[in-house]
Amino acid sequence: MVSGKGGTGKTTVAAALALALATEGRRTLLVEVEGRQGIAQLFETEALPYEERKIAVGPGGGEVFALAIDAERALLDYLQMFYKLGSAGRALKKLGAIDFATTIAPGVRDVLLTGKACEAVRRREKHGGYTYDYVVMDAPPTGRITRFLNVNDEVAGLARIGPIHNQAQAVMRVLKSPETAVHLVTLLEEMPVQETADGIAELRDAELPVGKVIVNMVRPHVLDEAAVRAASGDHRDAVAKTLAVAGITGGTKLVEPLLEQAVEHAQRVELEREQRAVLTGLDVPAYELPFLGDGADIAGLYRLAKELRKQGVDA
Amino acid sequence: MTAQDVPFPVNGLDSVPTLELDPLIDDPGTRIIVCCGAGGVGKTTTAAALGVRAAERGRRVVVLTIDPARRLAQSMGIDSLDNVPRKVDGIKGAGGGELHAMMLDMKRTFDEIVEAHTDPERARAILANPFYQSLSAGFAGTQEYMAMEKLGQLRARDAWDLIVVDTPPSRSALDFLDAPKRLGSFLDGRFIKLLMAPAKMGGRAGMKFLNVGMSMMTGTLGKLLGGQFLKDVQTFVAAMDTMFGGFRTRADATYKLLQAPGTAFLVVATPERDALREAAYFVERLAADEMPLAGLVLNRVHGSGAARLSAERARAAAENLEEGRMVDQAAGKTGERGSRATSPEPSDIATAAARSSHDDEAAPTAAYDTAAYGPAVQDIEQVQDIEQLTAGLLRLHAERMQVLAREQRTRDRFTALHPEVAVAEVAALPGDVHDLAGLRAIGDRLTAGRMPSA
Repeated sequence: MVSGKGGTGKTTVAAALALALATEGRRTLLVEVEGRQGIAQLFETEALPYEERKIAVGPGGGEVFALAIDAERALLDYLQMFYKLGSAGRALKKLGAIDFATTIAPGVRDVLLTGKACEAVRRREKHGGYTYDYVVMDAPPTGRITRFLNVNDEVAGLARIGPIHNQAQAVMRVLKSPETAVHLVTLLEEMPVQETADGIAELRDAELPVGKVIVNMVRPHVLDEAAVRAASGDHRDAVAKTLAVAGITGGTKLVEPLLEQAVEHAQRVELEREQRAVLTGLDVPAYELPFLGDGADIAGLYRLAKELRKQGVDA
Repeated sequence: MTAQDVPFPVNGLDSVPTLELDPLIDDPGTRIIVCCGAGGVGKTTTAAALGVRAAERGRRVVVLTIDPARRLAQSMGIDSLDNVPRKVDGIKGAGGGELHAMMLDMKRTFDEIVEAHTDPERARAILANPFYQSLSAGFAGTQEYMAMEKLGQLRARDAWDLIVVDTPPSRSALDFLDAPKRLGSFLDGRFIKLLMAPAKMGGRAGMKFLNVGMSMMTGTLGKLLGGQFLKDVQTFVAAMDTMFGGFRTRADATYKLLQAPGTAFLVVATPERDALREAAYFVERLAADEMPLAGLVLNRVHGSGAARLSAERARAAAENLEEGRMVDQAAGKTGERGSRATSPEPSDIATAAARSSHDDEAAPTAAYDTAAYGPAVQDIEQVQDIEQLTAGLLRLHAERMQVLAREQRTRDRFTALHPEVAVAEVAALPGDVHDLAGLRAIGDRLTAGRMPSA
């Protein structure tokens, strides 16, 4: 499960993780649940149907499949599977019962989404091996993740008997097992870090397995405050001269804006240092992913996947 | 010459109209400003900053936030969840303006609707119903519905002349427009009526099919969800009976309020692909629903005062300096210096530069050099440090220009789709905002117009 505050790049990280895990003939399934078609956009393919599709290959012949889970379709499938409803399913839809069950009824929607993912986790091929070595879900954001995952408990309590109850309990067993890990994506900024800390506390309270903190968009520290102070003091002229030596004309006018940028950089370095300290205090292992200057395109995804593998993601 | 006079703008952005926010917040005709957009783009901060600015320019403002950052909420004194607006202290300005702010408590808002529209005994029954408790605690759409409900309440009180609303971090951009209707039509709808009164319906001609459908459906749902759950729903529905007509009416009224001339939508985004894609959806959806769009607020835009120096030239020059240094050192020094000089890693440069700025903390190698070779070598060292520093400045600049180029590309894509949408740019701040001073600074940036050489 990959969660994170909005804007931290959780879809990108989920995709990179699915790629990173698809090494040496392994097969991963990348799942999205919020109907935003973020995966299709990331991989620059057409909109994903409610169907598992191969979207990328990893090194050594690994494969990444993707699936956009749609709650309504999942419910109809489910009714079909258990009750052979066929056209009666459509009648239910007309009456608004499907809409009721998938959007309004407490948590049924979330049970269907996590239920479908768990089905993929447990699915086996004819020869007995698992269909997917890993299932990676681009999950709802940190603020909603615990409720989303824990909703099965709640539903199991509300619907005290029947298939939904059983389904909810089965899903909960998978989600709380050591086979599941909830990773939280963050940036080295105050609000995402705060949300990560809150999210970890909530997950732990609900006894859901916290995986890694994945620090995204980490930029290299080029200059620190001390260096910038030194330059802003007596060395402006020297910097201008050095610019000329390096082949840049009109250096005198450039010194000021370049120093301003350096001051901003130094401030950010300082803020990042503080946030890093907060993350260290959370006592959760972390991965770090570099900032992609050109944005997260396919090449960027492969780079992030490589980075994750380097940091031991498939260990 | 205005932007419109330019026949063939070289850069798409030059032709983009500027969103003027001061005239918007100063206009007494503006009664509601709705900030919407993807998660993590700064909607709450934008809403709060506009609230502060409008109040300090003389308006009586209330800001309705959904999920503010803790420190921002604390600094505005709205971190307690009592679901009513609180006056914010520290508002300046001679215009007699005031700022009130509140954080939405959706369960409480829902409870209040129930309490306001039914007798105490029934209200107690509803509030205790397990189905109601789950529904009100925040399943799909409840937060959006309650945000719009609260907006309607604030507007009805008529105690403020400007309401600034932040929208929930929805599953998708469209939820907050759709959810109220969805919840309203569900609670008021055919399905609920069927659940409540199958006998009544069955008596009528033409309703036979529905009746058959109904028994099959309750049967199926009963099997799926368990009989107790369905009983909870039916009890809930029975208790809520008197309120149902009201839900649809209220949802419709709020929807109309959003279309009214006194409302202005601000779509908030950052110059990132996903955020601007959501923004484009929003612009299209608002147009389709005839909601009045004021423009796009683009947060965290990067600029550079040295934009005429390209990333490529800056990087090449930085490499020149770094290579030059290595050549000097390879020629004139022993291996002892070489280890430091041949490591062009950014962190090493930073460390070396930092070291040079504190002579009293000078590293052992530097002390050794100075002692052995005297002042002349110290100068050489200083020259080398300046070179390192300048190379660092150039590398930072190259990185900044790369960011600028990427932001430009994503913006051009949006502009191509929606050239008519006015844009207000907000320069990126290095850190987060958590006090009135910070919100004021954002307000200044919001209304400063186009950024220099961005």
